Amino acid sequence: MDITDLTLIELRDALRAGATSSFVATQAMIDRIVTYDNALCSYLNLTDQDALQQASDADSRLADGEELPLLGVPIAVKDIICTSGVETTAGSKILEGFIPPYDAFVVEKLKEAGAVILGKTNTDEFAMGSSTENSAYVTTHNPWDVSRVPGGSSGGSAAAVAARLAYGALGTDTGGSVRQPASFCGVVGLRPTYGRVSRWGVIAFASSLDQVGTFGRNVADCTALFQVITGHDRRDSTSLDVPYENFEAVLTGDVAGLRVGIPQEYFIAGIEPEVEAAVRTAIDKLAELGAEIVEISLPHTEYALPVYYLIAPAEASANLARYDGVRYGPRLKADDMIATVKKTRSLFGAEPKRRIMLGTYALSAGYYDAYYGRALKARTLIKNDFKRAFEQVDVIATPTSPTTAFKIGAKVDDPLSMYLSDIFTLSLNLSASCGLSLPCGFDSNGLPIGLQLIGDTLQEATILNAAYAYEQATDWHERAPVLPESSSEQ
Amino acid sequence: MELTRQQVEQIAHLARLDLSAEEITLYQNQLSAILDAADRLTELDLDGVLPTARAVPMQNVMRPDRVEPSLPLEDVLYNTDHQASDQFVIQAILDD
Repeated sequence: MDITDLTLIELRDALRAGATSSFVATQAMIDRIVTYDNALCSYLNLTDQDALQQASDADSRLADGEELPLLGVPIAVKDIICTSGVETTAGSKILEGFIPPYDAFVVEKLKEAGAVILGKTNTDEFAMGSSTENSAYVTTHNPWDVSRVPGGSSGGSAAAVAARLAYGALGTDTGGSVRQPASFCGVVGLRPTYGRVSRWGVIAFASSLDQVGTFGRNVADCTALFQVITGHDRRDSTSLDVPYENFEAVLTGDVAGLRVGIPQEYFIAGIEPEVEAAVRTAIDKLAELGAEIVEISLPHTEYALPVYYLIAPAEASANLARYDGVRYGPRLKADDMIATVKKTRSLFGAEPKRRIMLGTYALSAGYYDAYYGRALKARTLIKNDFKRAFEQVDVIATPTSPTTAFKIGAKVDDPLSMYLSDIFTLSLNLSASCGLSLPCGFDSNGLPIGLQLIGDTLQEATILNAAYAYEQATDWHERAPVLPESSSEQ
Repeated sequence: MELTRQQVEQIAHLARLDLSAEEITLYQNQLSAILDAADRLTELDLDGVLPTARAVPMQNVMRPDRVEPSLPLEDVLYNTDHQASDQFVIQAILDD
């Protein structure tokens, strides 16, 4: 058996049993990345020497009988998450060469858990995008069809996990940036409730919407990684201080009596027929497993897109004001300080500039009430939709995205059409819900289709178990993409 | 909502972005289209609806008022070439 084919849990168990070593697993992953990632471009920065050192250390600790949750397991981290001493760019030229002086909370947690960090994965610039085409460095290719996008913004992490170039990965999800690429790449991606995971050390895009999430090849892998990054952190004032939960223990696969809501507003014109058919079949499967299917309504769904595209850019315009070339990133000098700042900020790519412009306008005097203020009120209606729905049901099931992975270049010139790719995911970020995407079929082009399961505030255990039940009854997660080999010259 | 060229230039100045003539034209068109889509929100009756700024409401999150070690200066200054006397150097913004 090829060691890179093991799941995260299988590798963890094999390491604990002494059946293999972290060094062997890490070296095998690195070899595989060298062989295949020239064609996929899932990594921006492979930290192979650090990873092998961490693997050797893990092997010593394993030999000493230490039992840590991820001891010796190689994991990838989205390049918007700060890693001490390792370049972190957020996919932007404005942070080229930036070496963070500290680890993000989630990276501290990975290290405490004994994980080996393989490297940093590609992302749309500042996580703004749905395809990784907005990365200032490279476009990641979908492992199932390299002429297509992997989704985004955490497309590098999703592609790496799908292609067996990492046993698991971290991403961030502001409007769907974990779930949509998970759907496009045929892996499991979890977006926890806002506040469940600390944002300390995560480069901010939209602070009221950003959340770190996890990718795994199956539900148990995704859960094991999620377990490690939870916990209260007083350095993020929005981090929730909630009791410890053992998420792996709740994966029983029992969904008898679980009430699953199907919102009529998510089955609309524009959704690909094969996507709708696969999702409806998946819902039937949940019913077969004992779940009770309930038709529900989330009446303000159609307003989520405009609300999101006012709130997220407004917050982004404030967060990205800090990039002035003074403390980090290149400084492009001009005649005076304001001209220097303006010249330096020309290092932003088209999408961040577009969102900074939009956000600045929505927040500017005279337009604040008409745009940003109105969006905040409409957000309340969207949030209340979910609140009412979760009085009736335990889980909401929908497609993750209206389509499967689209061709590279197909939407780059039309931002509105690109934004529609997240139409089913972004309501959740505006509300206080959690959600995940898991594979529920393939279309006639052989591209993965994702089922989104949404849970109420802090009800990750409920959606993870529902996903686990579905996964046990199907075998979509066992399929692997056939990768094109590329030159091993790096 | 059709933005004028002057409006786009003014937004760019507020956002400290140096845009080319082509970029101004591009954003004039794209922002107008996005704002048109956003105008759908005027259909909603929002009288008496309170705004939601955060998904999970929290109030008065405090930390102990205690002095703790800061990052080492060399780490903080590591990411710039423009430094002197343990400080970031910028161009003068005030006259003598």
